[in-house]
Amino acid sequence: MIVPERVLTFALDGEIFAIDAQAVREILEVPAITRVPGAPDFASGLINVRGAIVPLTDLAVAFGMVHADHGEDTRVIVIEAEVEGEPTTIGLVADKVLDVAAMEGVPVEEAPPVGMRWRADFIRAIARPQGQFVILPDLELIFAESLGMATRQERAA
Amino acid sequence: MSEDDPVAAFRVEAGELLDSIEAALLDLAGDSTNTGLVDEVFRGLHTLKGSGAMFGFEALARFTHHCETAFDRVRKGQAEASQALIGVVLSARDHMQALIDVGTQGDPMLEMAGEAILSSLEKAVANSEGMAVPRAIQTERKGWHISFKLPPGSMANGTNPLPLLDELRGLGDCRITPRLDEVPPLASLVPTECYIYWDIVIEGDVTCEDIEDVFIFVIDDMDLAITPLIEEPESDEPVEVLPVATVLAAPQPVAKAAPPAQESVRVAAERLDELMNRVGELVIAQSRLAQLATSSGPVNELTLRAVSEDIERLSAELRDTTMAMRMMPVGNLFGRFRRLVHDLARETGKTIELVTHGEATEVDKTVIERLADPMIHLIRNSCDHGLETADDRIAAGKPVSGSLTLSARQAGGEVLIAITDDGRGIDRERVRAKAEAQGLIQPGAVLGDGELFQMIFHPGFSTAAAITSLSGRGVGMDVVKRSIESLRGTIDITSTQGVGTTMTLHLPLTLAIIECMLVRVGEGRYAIPLSVVEECIELPAAEVTSTARRNFLDVRGELVPYLRLRDTFGTDYPADLFQKVVIVGQGRGRVGLVVDQIIGNTQTVIKSLSRFHAGQGSFSGATILGDGNVALILDVGNLIVAAQKNQRLLGERAGEVA
Repeated sequence: MIVPERVLTFALDGEIFAIDAQAVREILEVPAITRVPGAPDFASGLINVRGAIVPLTDLAVAFGMVHADHGEDTRVIVIEAEVEGEPTTIGLVADKVLDVAAMEGVPVEEAPPVGMRWRADFIRAIARPQGQFVILPDLELIFAESLGMATRQERAA
Repeated sequence: MSEDDPVAAFRVEAGELLDSIEAALLDLAGDSTNTGLVDEVFRGLHTLKGSGAMFGFEALARFTHHCETAFDRVRKGQAEASQALIGVVLSARDHMQALIDVGTQGDPMLEMAGEAILSSLEKAVANSEGMAVPRAIQTERKGWHISFKLPPGSMANGTNPLPLLDELRGLGDCRITPRLDEVPPLASLVPTECYIYWDIVIEGDVTCEDIEDVFIFVIDDMDLAITPLIEEPESDEPVEVLPVATVLAAPQPVAKAAPPAQESVRVAAERLDELMNRVGELVIAQSRLAQLATSSGPVNELTLRAVSEDIERLSAELRDTTMAMRMMPVGNLFGRFRRLVHDLARETGKTIELVTHGEATEVDKTVIERLADPMIHLIRNSCDHGLETADDRIAAGKPVSGSLTLSARQAGGEVLIAITDDGRGIDRERVRAKAEAQGLIQPGAVLGDGELFQMIFHPGFSTAAAITSLSGRGVGMDVVKRSIESLRGTIDITSTQGVGTTMTLHLPLTLAIIECMLVRVGEGRYAIPLSVVEECIELPAAEVTSTARRNFLDVRGELVPYLRLRDTFGTDYPADLFQKVVIVGQGRGRVGLVVDQIIGNTQTVIKSLSRFHAGQGSFSGATILGDGNVALILDVGNLIVAAQKNQRLLGERAGEVA
């Protein structure tokens, strides 16, 4: 299990998520979002990030969580990720951005296959700093899955 | 690789040389007595050999030397530029390309391939030697009458007539008569001028070219008359001696194409100057704006508006200038297909005449690059499946030689490229049978030609099985369609059985920037490419409340189906009281799009959609508006198809009810 050295932690529906700080490009206040009619819920909108058009994704949808309305603390985390082998800039919605933390010395466990509300393979690992639960999502798999769903939808249509 | 890497420069130059050699060879295939073309090939090969050796491409130089030698023989009239020879040299040209690509290291496999080509080259030359056609300006055994006069000032420039005369003497028996009648009196004689001119009678086995070679350095300015001593006994029309089975019928002389598409683009200097001027003006406008921004006190609104207008004008001009630099004539593209058609003619044993029109039509560089593959496929299809064999053509009462026409023209914001063959045409019944068998259409459904032929582009729709018994090859037509669509283009097919088929590609002039009409649907704003907008009308009050049973509008007597974009996009934002209909048309389809509001025209820079939304269908891209928001660009072609499908479903349902 490869654990990034430093992670950015953020809150989503009361849970704490952590993503590799290396992948993060910037954190924005929620910009104007353009809804794409007919797009999957996971990536339902587009935002303008310094002249580039970036899809806005919502991990809450992937994890079947309650999708909170955008509040004062809501932020968009812009990350660079590989989507099916292509480097892509993607925006992630976070209810609140918490911290950048070093992972050294933090106990990390594999996700237990049972006892969770979420799909276990979407979670790469669970870190436990000071007794908290921090979820390290497998973003690549989540993106790939949602793309697969998008094409399935298209075929069904 | 550094920018001024000489080897890279050589590669570019060699590429151009090879292209011009190829073009000349193909011309020669149709006109094998044209000495100008023979010379052009020879010169090209010669230069390639020389510069190849200079840059360390030894294998290339060695290989090219043999081809050069072969063409030297043709040039001297010792061999004929036969179809076989041209074919071998064409494949040799490909081998040279491979040698250049492989670099200075060489590759044993290539060497072997080269040996094979050289041996067939030797055979071709040997075969054609016997058939050498005497050309009008060739070996005239009797001799020549030459009279020449040096241009004024030539002695001052270092030309000495005496060695020229010596050289002529070396060619054969000479009787030289100096003419002195122009020598002025001593007083007015300029010592550096040559006033003497000469009449020479030369006898022996000398060709006209040999004589011209003597004068090679001064031939451009001098008066030189070379006439055969005795008239030829019979005027031996060389054209008649030509083998009749010319595989490639004489093509139209193709306009000399601009340099081929490479990583570097050649830009006319004046276009660069224009760009520089605009940039200069922009810098001035920008400093004026900066001054306004930093000036204390209230800013004069008028001044600000003036600066804004200036910048608007400049950016529009900058855009046009930059765009113009990206435009290339389609002649570049057509030039590449001459070889393809030549090879196809050989492979299929058909006689194919390639005609091109409108080579000067300019298209964006990217479009040209991405157009090559789909067009190759369409041309292959036309030659393979479209054109009949010579026997079938004769049986059908057509000329033996099949004709393939490539034409390009600009129409509005589109470029139309048509591939026309005069072959057997598409068999509608077989296409229909196949489509019904595959469940693509309902049995007995009424389809227009346009819709029926579009079935060919369906994935898995084997054109080969449907239309001819010949096997298809390479990518399918669905790939062709997709690559044309990725260029935001469409394909139209018209075909008359027994007469021929025309495939017309409709392509946008440029890919990067388009004029759009901005509309609002619900709370979202969408852009519609202006090139497809035909008109805008108000949605009649009667239609506003009507149910979805009948989605037709009567536009001046013509029924136009329409789509309510509010429903398509599933918006629940309250509808505008007065909805508008934007009538869009592409190809033969025409459809109305009902929107809440028409905002206005805007110029948009097209950005592609992310992979999450690329498969959406309704949208071809997105753009950023003046206020920084993102707007989606409607894919009108897809919307038309969707509307027509709707209409058909409605029609079928109506049929069931009745």
